[in-house]
Amino acid sequence: MSQNNAEKGLQARMERNVWGLLIMLMIVLSIGGIVEIVPLFYMKDTMEHNRFPEIVWSGVGKTPIVTKDGQWNWKKGDGIRPYTALELAGRDVYQREGCYLCHSQMVRPFRDERERYGHYSLASESMFDHPFQWGSKRTGPDLARVGGKYSDEWHRKHLRAPRSVVPESVMPNYPWLEKTPVADAETIQSHMRGLRTVGVPYTDEDIVAAPALLKGKTELDAVISYLQVLGTMAKLDDSKDYRE
Amino acid sequence: MEAALEQKYNFDVVRWFAIMAVVYLVVGAAVGVYIASELAWPVLNFDIPYITFGRLRPLHTNAVIFAFGGCTLMASAYYSVQRTCATRLWSDKLAWFTFWGWNLVIVGAVITLPLGLTESKEYAELEWPLDILIAVVWLAYMFNFLMTIANRKTSHIYVSNWFFLGMMVMITYLHVVNSLAIPVGLFKSYSIFSGVQDAMIQWWWGHNAVGFFLTAGFLGIMYYFVPKQANRPVYSYRLSVIHFWALMFGYVWLGAHHLQYTALPDWTGSLGAAVSLAMIIPSWGGAVNGMMTLSGAWDKLRTDYVLRFLIISLAFYAMSTFEGPVMSIKTVNALSHYTDWTIGHVHSGALGWVAGVSFGALYHMVSRTFHTELWSTKLVNAHFWTMTIGTVIYIVAMWVSGIMQGLMWRAYDEYGTLAYTFAESVEAMHPYYAMRAVGGAIFLLGGILMLFNILMTVRKAAVEGTLAKARTAVATA
Repeated sequence: MSQNNAEKGLQARMERNVWGLLIMLMIVLSIGGIVEIVPLFYMKDTMEHNRFPEIVWSGVGKTPIVTKDGQWNWKKGDGIRPYTALELAGRDVYQREGCYLCHSQMVRPFRDERERYGHYSLASESMFDHPFQWGSKRTGPDLARVGGKYSDEWHRKHLRAPRSVVPESVMPNYPWLEKTPVADAETIQSHMRGLRTVGVPYTDEDIVAAPALLKGKTELDAVISYLQVLGTMAKLDDSKDYRE
Repeated sequence: MEAALEQKYNFDVVRWFAIMAVVYLVVGAAVGVYIASELAWPVLNFDIPYITFGRLRPLHTNAVIFAFGGCTLMASAYYSVQRTCATRLWSDKLAWFTFWGWNLVIVGAVITLPLGLTESKEYAELEWPLDILIAVVWLAYMFNFLMTIANRKTSHIYVSNWFFLGMMVMITYLHVVNSLAIPVGLFKSYSIFSGVQDAMIQWWWGHNAVGFFLTAGFLGIMYYFVPKQANRPVYSYRLSVIHFWALMFGYVWLGAHHLQYTALPDWTGSLGAAVSLAMIIPSWGGAVNGMMTLSGAWDKLRTDYVLRFLIISLAFYAMSTFEGPVMSIKTVNALSHYTDWTIGHVHSGALGWVAGVSFGALYHMVSRTFHTELWSTKLVNAHFWTMTIGTVIYIVAMWVSGIMQGLMWRAYDEYGTLAYTFAESVEAMHPYYAMRAVGGAIFLLGGILMLFNILMTVRKAAVEGTLAKARTAVATA
């Protein structure tokens, strides 16, 4: 092998120079990622709200979602917005318990999914989701549009003991959620500030409102408030083709 | 001869990584069997937060991929790079730093994941302090490897080292980019990316944790240990060059096929799927290259049980690298995505290919570095059959349950309404979840046999004094 005439070629040179091999690998290995990922940050088509601005709430970054006196400036269907302090606390618990391992949050554009879960998911709907929670597996049903489908009381029973309402379920019981007070306001406020540095447009008033929203709540309340908002933010119009 | 090798090379760190790999195999597989059982019999969650499925599943994946797989990769890369470069590791100290550092990461995972401290990105769940430690240890591993090659006494860099190096570079890219997060507490952070971009970056990582950590690295193992165990040169040099560069260039693109029909733009998913299909060619080229290395020595399979592991692993490799591209075809993916079929596919690769080639390499390394024959070859054979049967039961169960799930979800009755509720599809999975747990348990049994056999081999080496002799005798080779 060492004597053949390919010896002067690039391959042969790299086989004798580890630094050359390293640089070549660094180049070859970066191409696929750059081509597939970088355009997603720049191409306007990626996010549907570039063509349909009405799906994002007009108050985002300007108006507090809820004031500290408990007055809501946003209602269901007004458009996509960041999570309130209580919803975010619920989302933290959702992440902690690994819910995303069995529940997707991404409805695909198929007839059966439309009937089972609702309108297909849009990229803009998870624009404030750090990290995304699309999931990869449906051991349980998709939750992208679970908001408003069941009552708070149903969720309470279901999270405490899933088989009490769905006998076939294989979901674990989560009895500790109702016994654990939700994270304190300071913690959630620091989470909101952290998210603001990576681009979630919380207003100062949103952060100030956290203690009022979290007061006296349990983790169970927080999770339910998160679940109940999922998929309800934007009112999607069946006559519009959001995705080409 | 043994004395010459023992004193020339650093086998200590190889021995420790190899033994820890087997320990973590048993731990990781045991957690796997447990969570599989939780899905079949949810009462096993026992209302204890730390052992619920959602918290143990990341522990299972991290334990088998990074603890078992990682220790195997470090043992085999350190062993084969010294042998193929005819030189000692560049730095013993740095090698020990990677050993203790990597094990510290694993201990950190065992503590934090059951506590629910997670970034909630699959196979990258560990929180930011551990992510930083992983990056430091990984770069130390790569640097030591590179410098050892730079110090080599041979003229050319052997093919196994190309694959190891490709894996090291790519895992650095993937780990660093995918773990970029804003810390908001000691063990809490949020990804700096959101939604669709975060999803693409996660699956760029997710598929390449498979494509590089579990494939390129283990192909490095294959290219060294198959020819060594068979005592024959690699079948085709040209095929290995093609296999290598096509795999390095192509695998990186595949992540997008995990997001077909999602809110990821269609062009990205289709591009990922197109490259996925093309990947059959280099993958099968590699599998053929490995198997045909036995050309003219097939009879060895009858007597050499270690070689059997290496060859059956290539059969599983060929099968799962055929199945993967098929599942990336859009029409198939529409059915298979979100179902157990994906889990089955991962395990035919992980149990059949990755674990199989690891077992072969680990038996080989333990025997060589302890300078003695394995304690029991019968037990190796028993392990071979438990592994194969366990794996086959597992993947058959997941094929059936996955395809059944996909079909039930989209089935309509004669009135044009959905034929099944979601709960009915969950109920229909029960027998297959039980069957999967049984398959996993058989595989785990094999792992326990292996651990026992390896520990008895270490004991045998101590009783015979082979290791002590190799360490102290005057080198004569």
